[in-house]
Amino acid sequence: MTFLSVTGLDVHYGDFQAIYSLDLTIAEGETLAVIGANGAGKSTLLKAIAGLVPVTAGDIEFDGASIAHIAPHKRVAHGIALTPEGRKIFPSLTVEENLLVGGHTKRPGPWNLASVYAAFPLVADRKDRLGTNLSGGEQQAAAIGRALMSNPRLLLLDEVSLGLAPVVVEQIYAALPTITGHGTTVLVVEQDVKQSMKVADRVQCLLEGRTVLEGDPADLSREQIATAYFGI
Amino acid sequence: MTTQAHAAVVHHHTKVRRSTRSSWIGLGILAIVVVASPMAPYVLNRGAQGSLVTLFSLITMATMWNLLAGYGGMLSVGQQAFIGIGAYGLVYLSDKVGLDPFMAVPLAVVTAGVISVPISFLVFRLQGGYFAIGTWVVAEVVMLVVMQITVLGGGIGLTFTGFSGLAAGRRIAYVYWLSLAGVIIAVLVTYLIMRSRVGLGFTAIRDDATAAASLGVRVTQSKRFVYVVAAMGCGLAGAMIAANTLRVQPTAMFSVNYAVFMIFIVVIGGLGTIEGPILGAIVFFALQQWLSGLGVWYLVILGVVAVVITLFLPRGLWGLISGNGRFRLFPVGYRVVTPTALLATGPAPEPDAEGAPHRT
Amino acid sequence: MVWLNAIVQGVLLGGLYALLAAGLSLMFGVMRIVNLAHGALAILAAYVGLVVVEATGVSPFLAMAVVVPIMAGVGYALQWGIFNRALAQGGLAPLLAAFGLSVVITQLLQAKFTADSRSLPTGDLATASIQINGDLSIGVLPLITFVVGVLAILGLQAFISKAPLGRAMRAASDDPDTVKLMGIDNRQVYALSTAIAIGMVGVAGMFLGIRGNFDPYYGQAMLIFAFEAVIIGGLGSLWGTLIGGMVLGVAQSLGSQFNPSYGILIGHLVFLAILAFRPTGLLPKAVTT
Repeated sequence: MTFLSVTGLDVHYGDFQAIYSLDLTIAEGETLAVIGANGAGKSTLLKAIAGLVPVTAGDIEFDGASIAHIAPHKRVAHGIALTPEGRKIFPSLTVEENLLVGGHTKRPGPWNLASVYAAFPLVADRKDRLGTNLSGGEQQAAAIGRALMSNPRLLLLDEVSLGLAPVVVEQIYAALPTITGHGTTVLVVEQDVKQSMKVADRVQCLLEGRTVLEGDPADLSREQIATAYFGI
Repeated sequence: MTTQAHAAVVHHHTKVRRSTRSSWIGLGILAIVVVASPMAPYVLNRGAQGSLVTLFSLITMATMWNLLAGYGGMLSVGQQAFIGIGAYGLVYLSDKVGLDPFMAVPLAVVTAGVISVPISFLVFRLQGGYFAIGTWVVAEVVMLVVMQITVLGGGIGLTFTGFSGLAAGRRIAYVYWLSLAGVIIAVLVTYLIMRSRVGLGFTAIRDDATAAASLGVRVTQSKRFVYVVAAMGCGLAGAMIAANTLRVQPTAMFSVNYAVFMIFIVVIGGLGTIEGPILGAIVFFALQQWLSGLGVWYLVILGVVAVVITLFLPRGLWGLISGNGRFRLFPVGYRVVTPTALLATGPAPEPDAEGAPHRT
Repeated sequence: MVWLNAIVQGVLLGGLYALLAAGLSLMFGVMRIVNLAHGALAILAAYVGLVVVEATGVSPFLAMAVVVPIMAGVGYALQWGIFNRALAQGGLAPLLAAFGLSVVITQLLQAKFTADSRSLPTGDLATASIQINGDLSIGVLPLITFVVGVLAILGLQAFISKAPLGRAMRAASDDPDTVKLMGIDNRQVYALSTAIAIGMVGVAGMFLGIRGNFDPYYGQAMLIFAFEAVIIGGLGSLWGTLIGGMVLGVAQSLGSQFNPSYGILIGHLVFLAILAFRPTGLLPKAVTT
């Protein structure tokens, strides 16, 4: 049984259609990278899976159960966690408090304050700092840690590299093997193609709300990806 | 025809209009009513005229409250301060200073406007719900201060004697005509403001003050302008009430009940339209008469109705009747109209760039 | 010396105002709602207490054990039934709904209990006082009220900083959408915070009823005093609300000492002065979002 299965997904923002009849599958333990240019619908896809935007047509099945119409806060209990676009660290809470809020649902699993601090030493150093006083990279690491605190089976990472220096992005992605090592399935959405190809088992490229390319990174040439990405 | 040529034809025949045919018809009917209304003293008895004056004062204050809240986004629970100032102004200027009441009314209105300026500097430091309570505090302060001033009658108040020399029938007629003129002016001024550039800027402020400011809309000045106009309008309403009831007394004239009436009227009638407060005042007035036997229960019923309408029918009764802004008696927005035959993909709904309230 | 007495009375009164204002502060902090029905709900609590006391004969302090949970339940129901819907509506809806609610509550109380002045009897405690020295005496009841007020502020502050639900409230206040990603239903968080706020209002209302006479319209004054305490102290700071309450209490007390009819007016004028010259209040919150 496929772990996550998206079939015929349509998502609208008012009259504007962002996603057209999209299909997507992930097997358990896999790391899938969804890439595409700005406006391709990648973040919308993640928000739909997390429940932040409503689905106009199609279905989302997670571990055999249809979740397309379940409220977002309930999907966390199912084992889905989203690190949102823009990090969205709670500014008036400290880093540690952010993590504790992430762990609100108390799902059992390997992730807790200690293990998150171990995986992200950057976060451990800043644990008493207020959310407003963090740099971009610190916020991103904290946001991922926060999502991990709910011990998700499926981790959704939305544009982790956005606005960050390449060195910082590498540091963050360096923690990914620890995450997948625990068996967590990861869906990475990225504009940075190189980084995402390095960590992904499979890659899916979106253009204007539709899939234009899909496959194993090793099998795809740079030309194929560029053509798909830019739609030329 | 090429795409370019077609676009040129469409462009040529597309007009930006302000009114629809239905709004002209509606305005026509309203004009007939307005022209006929001065006849009332010759046709109706004194009690009916008095009731109409009360109705006119309700329409006036509700129109002003809507100008502040529905168009300006400023929810005031303190307009009774200016109602009281207008009322006391009329009585003081005509009784103690000896002015002709028809002179005293405009002066009282201006007084309310003048006093509202320093008040605006204070209350504008607050936002949202705190602004609301702040305006209430100011109204309480005005009342408490008036109660300490002996020449204004202190806690007991004053009686309006400006029309005392006249026969009762003539007196009531004068009050009626005064109030009729007042409500027409109040509604007209509000309509003209909202139709103007100021009004357009206003709806922008209400939607997003920062964005509006970045476009050059003078946010604070516009807000202050509307605050002063609303104060003057409420002063006018107060003068009408004082002339009608012949007495001014602090706890009555500065009562927060006026705020209750204004808010309920506009919520029931429809926030953010000119027609809403008028319809709401008529409905409210009728309900007040109809439910008067029930004592305080009428306010309970009205309160429940107001809460229900706020939650489930945010555009009020007028929103319901007018199909949410399709029909307008007092058009304040702009509409782009293209002859449907020219549109390539068939009839399209006219994008309505109205100043209707954004409840997002 | 009589002035010192007045100041002490004012400080103690401040404890009551702080207790009253804490719930208002909380609701605004968590969901940006200014609950215009706050005062009416306080008076409602006093009347509920009255009913309990008259039906069972217990002391008002004991009656609180019943009144506070009832009021907390009322708050919870109001949030789900009215305020959550109004928040979804947006714009002026929350204020308008709260205003309508305040009128409905006040008029319902008027219909049931008439405008007669009532109070909650506490027997000898009402006049008991502690003599400090020749001129200064402190009423026991005002002292108890003050202590309860300070404890309430302390407790609420600790709850918000340390408890998981308090954390969730702060997070929901920062970002209602992202908090859903944590598995937290922000509407439920709102309902629980309103339950706490109105529960505290229940305590405040009971103390109001114990302290003196009340009638259905008393809620209007209570709303204004609570709001003045919050603004004088500074938005966003519970300690500020306590300070603000005390400043207001002292202003009113000194004003009454000067001339009995001036008390409330002086309080208003102090509030307006703070608004004019120090609009952020005496202890404004450092972190703004």
